[in-house]
Amino acid sequence: MLKESTYWYLFLLAGLFILVLLSIHMTIMHLDQLLVAIGIGSGDVLKFQSVLARGRQSFFMVSYIILLGAALYHGLYGLRTILFELNLKKGLQTAITAVLLIGGLGIFVYGTYVAIAAKMM
Amino acid sequence: MEQKNKFNNRLGIWGWLSGGRYGLERYAYSLHRLCGLGILAYFLLHIFVTGSRIDGQGSWDSAMSSVEGIIFKIGEFLVFFAFAYHGLNGIRLILTEFGVFLGKPKRADFPYKQSTLRQRPVLLVVMVLAAILTIVGGWDFFIAN
Repeated sequence: MLKESTYWYLFLLAGLFILVLLSIHMTIMHLDQLLVAIGIGSGDVLKFQSVLARGRQSFFMVSYIILLGAALYHGLYGLRTILFELNLKKGLQTAITAVLLIGGLGIFVYGTYVAIAAKMM
Repeated sequence: MEQKNKFNNRLGIWGWLSGGRYGLERYAYSLHRLCGLGILAYFLLHIFVTGSRIDGQGSWDSAMSSVEGIIFKIGEFLVFFAFAYHGLNGIRLILTEFGVFLGKPKRADFPYKQSTLRQRPVLLVVMVLAAILTIVGGWDFFIAN
């Protein structure tokens, strides 16, 4: 168990990782026509072959896994903070922490499996 | 426990609706949290929808066709806006956390200058940058695509 302030600083650090990686992801996936307009995009980002090609690159696999972990931690810790501000009883707080931790780890394992499986396709 | 009761959050999440004497920054806080929750909900769904890619093209195309249509497009655009705002405002909050833009502590002499007001220009810059990103995103989502 770490100090609560350590979890808080990890939350901020995860936010910075997300800012960098999700900015790249959002630009590639959602500003695709802007990239085409400036001559560095294909415009077919959602086609299966494009998805497959990105998933096979080590850079994308690693960045997906880091983004997944950082976003799950940041998002679920943020949700926990909001819920705890409602002055819940200690037992309920423990239950919420357990559900978010187990759920988050489960989703992280699934997402990591997908990223690795996509690399090998 | 005494401290918990002393600062009892009796308004709960309804307190997000009113800035009260905290003003603009309180609404920025509410919007930050609302955007965060929206991004989290989208992100959890997104993991499972995009996970379909490892089951082959048929599964991927089926997943993509299930999230087509104007409602989903508007939803994705809202997520784009939420990320732009949450990310930029998050930078402001991290800087504020470490005391940047708040000025050095000093004796309060009249006319009082609150630390909130010292960092308010940064909030305005955040709003303007989020608006610019939202306009660029809107062009990409609804006009260029």
